[in-house]
Amino acid sequence: MNFDFSLLTTELALFVLGLSTFVLGLVVPSASRRGLGSFAALGLLLVLGIAVINWSNQGVLLNGMYLVDGYANFFKVMFILSAILVILGSFRYIDQHVGHHFEYYSTVVFATLGMVVMASAGDFITLYLGMELMTISFIILVAFRFMDTKSLEAGMKYLLLAAMSSAVTLYGLSLVYGATGTIIIGEVAEAVARGGNSPLLVIGLTMLVAGLGFKVAAVPFHMWSPDVYEGAPTPVTSFLAVGSKAASFAILLRLFLGGLGDLHGQWAMLVAVLAALSMLVGNLVAIPQTNIKRMLAYSSIAQAGYILVGLVAATEAGVKGVMFYAFLYIFATVGAFTVVAAVYNKIKSDEIADYAGLVQRAPLAATVMLICLLSMAGIPPLAGFVGKFYLFQTVVQGYMWLVYLGLIMSMVSVYYYLRVVLVMFRDDPKDPSPIEFGSAANMTLIIAMVITLVLGIYPGPLAEVANTAAQTFFLR
Amino acid sequence: MATGLNPSYFIALSAALFAIGLYGAISRKNAIAVLIAIELMLTAVNINLVAFNKFLTPEAFIGQIFAIFVITVAAAEVGLGLAIVIAIYRNRKSVNLDDFDWMKW
Repeated sequence: MNFDFSLLTTELALFVLGLSTFVLGLVVPSASRRGLGSFAALGLLLVLGIAVINWSNQGVLLNGMYLVDGYANFFKVMFILSAILVILGSFRYIDQHVGHHFEYYSTVVFATLGMVVMASAGDFITLYLGMELMTISFIILVAFRFMDTKSLEAGMKYLLLAAMSSAVTLYGLSLVYGATGTIIIGEVAEAVARGGNSPLLVIGLTMLVAGLGFKVAAVPFHMWSPDVYEGAPTPVTSFLAVGSKAASFAILLRLFLGGLGDLHGQWAMLVAVLAALSMLVGNLVAIPQTNIKRMLAYSSIAQAGYILVGLVAATEAGVKGVMFYAFLYIFATVGAFTVVAAVYNKIKSDEIADYAGLVQRAPLAATVMLICLLSMAGIPPLAGFVGKFYLFQTVVQGYMWLVYLGLIMSMVSVYYYLRVVLVMFRDDPKDPSPIEFGSAANMTLIIAMVITLVLGIYPGPLAEVANTAAQTFFLR
Repeated sequence: MATGLNPSYFIALSAALFAIGLYGAISRKNAIAVLIAIELMLTAVNINLVAFNKFLTPEAFIGQIFAIFVITVAAAEVGLGLAIVIAIYRNRKSVNLDDFDWMKW
C-alpha cells in the first residue's frame, strides 16, 4: 500500500513547527524567549500558506482512516488562522501575566495540530487521538498561570469534565463499533444503511451526543464553560472558544452526517432540543453577568446553539451554514477577547463596569468591540446576520419553532451586548488615561473588524468556498 | 472458536463498570477519587472494545488496537491530572472539590 505523504504536508509542517518552537525555547536564554511568540506566529503564517497552496491536493489515506477533503481543508485553514490571530493579539498579555515560559507557544501549536487532525479524522482512533491532543493541550494552557488559584481551579474543573466527556464519547464510539463492526466512519455509514438501528447503536448515539455536547458546551452540558472561560488566561479563553468549539463541530458533523446520517430520524430531535436549550439558557443567563469573560462564555454557549441548528438540518446547506458561521464566529470572538485581554493588561479587571468610557481611552478597541458584539447578535450589515440567515434558512421546513426561538433569542442577546456598548460609549471613564495596545494586538483587532464587516457586506466568495467544501462532504 | 460466552455478558459488565464510574465521578468530593472513577469509565470502554473485537472481527485487531490507544492516552491524561492536583494542593492545602469555589455561576 503506497502512502501519499504529500497529503499530510500541513500536519507535518505544524508538527515540525511545534517541536522547533519547543526546542528553540529550551536553547535560547530566558530573556530572549519573548521572540518565541513572533517565531510561532510567523511559522503558523507559513503553515497557513502551505495549507492554502495544498487546498486542491485532496485524497483518502489508509482506506479512509484519514480524509483530506475540501471540508477538512476548510476547517484546517480556519484553525490555523485563529491560532495566528490569538497569538498575535496576546503578546503583551502573555508577557505580563503568563511569563516567559517557553512551553506556552508550542502548546498552542500542538493544540492546533490536534484540531487539524480532528478535522481530517476518518475513523474513531484518529478522531480520539486528535481530540485528546487538543484537549490535553488546552488543559495545560488553561492551568498555565500555575501560581494563580483561579487559573488552577479552572484547569482542575476543565480536566475532570473533559476527561469525563472523553470517556462518555469513547463509550459511545465503542458501542457504535459493537453495533456496526467497524471504526471507519465511511464503513459505519454503509453498515447503518444495511442494518438499520439496533438498540446498541441508539444508546451509542445518545452517548456521542452527550460527550460531544460537552465539547461544544451545549446546554445541559455547559456547566464547565463559564468557570473555565473566566479562570483561564484570556488568550487561551479566546482560543478555547473558537478553536475547540469549531473542531468539535467538525467531528460532530463528520460523525453524525458522514457516519450516522441514515439515523437522522433518531438524533435530529435530540440535537434540536440541545440547540433550543443552548440558545435559551445561554442568552438568558448572559443577561445578569457582570464579568465580561463570563458574559462572553454564556454568549458562546448561545452561539453553539445557533451552530447546532445546521446539524439538525443535516443537508448540504446545513453543513455550509455551520462552516460559514464558524468562520465568522472566529473573527468576532477573537476580536472581542483581544480587547478584553488588552484592557485587562491596563486596568487589571474584567468587570463590565470598569469598561466605562473605553471609547475615550482606546477608540479602536471600543469600535472593534462594538462591531464584534453586534456581529454576534446578528445585526444586518455585519457577518453574523448573514451567518444566522444561512443557518436558520436550512430548518425553515420542519423546524419552524427553532427559527422563531432563534429570532427571539437573538433579540434578547442584543440587550446584553448593547449593555456593554452603552457602558463603553456613554459613561465617563474613571481614569481618562489612554490604553496602549501594541501594534500586534492592533493588527488583530483591525483584521477581525475588517473581516467581520466585509463578510457581512460581501459574503459571496466565502459562501461559495464553503459550498464547494460541503459538497465534497456528501460525495462519499 | 466457541467459548460458551455470550457478548451480552461483556456488555453488561462494561455497562455496570461505566455506571459505577460515572456515579463515582459525579458524587465523589476528592479530586483523586474522581480521577480514579474516570479511569473506571475508561476501563469499561476497553472491555467493550476488546469483547466486540473478539466477537465481531476476530480476524482484525481493530478493537484491541483502539484499546491500547485508549490506555496510553488515559495515562497521559492522569499524569496531567495529578500534576494539577499537586499544584492546586500547594496553593490551597486541599484537594476537596467543594473548596474550589472561587468562581461561581
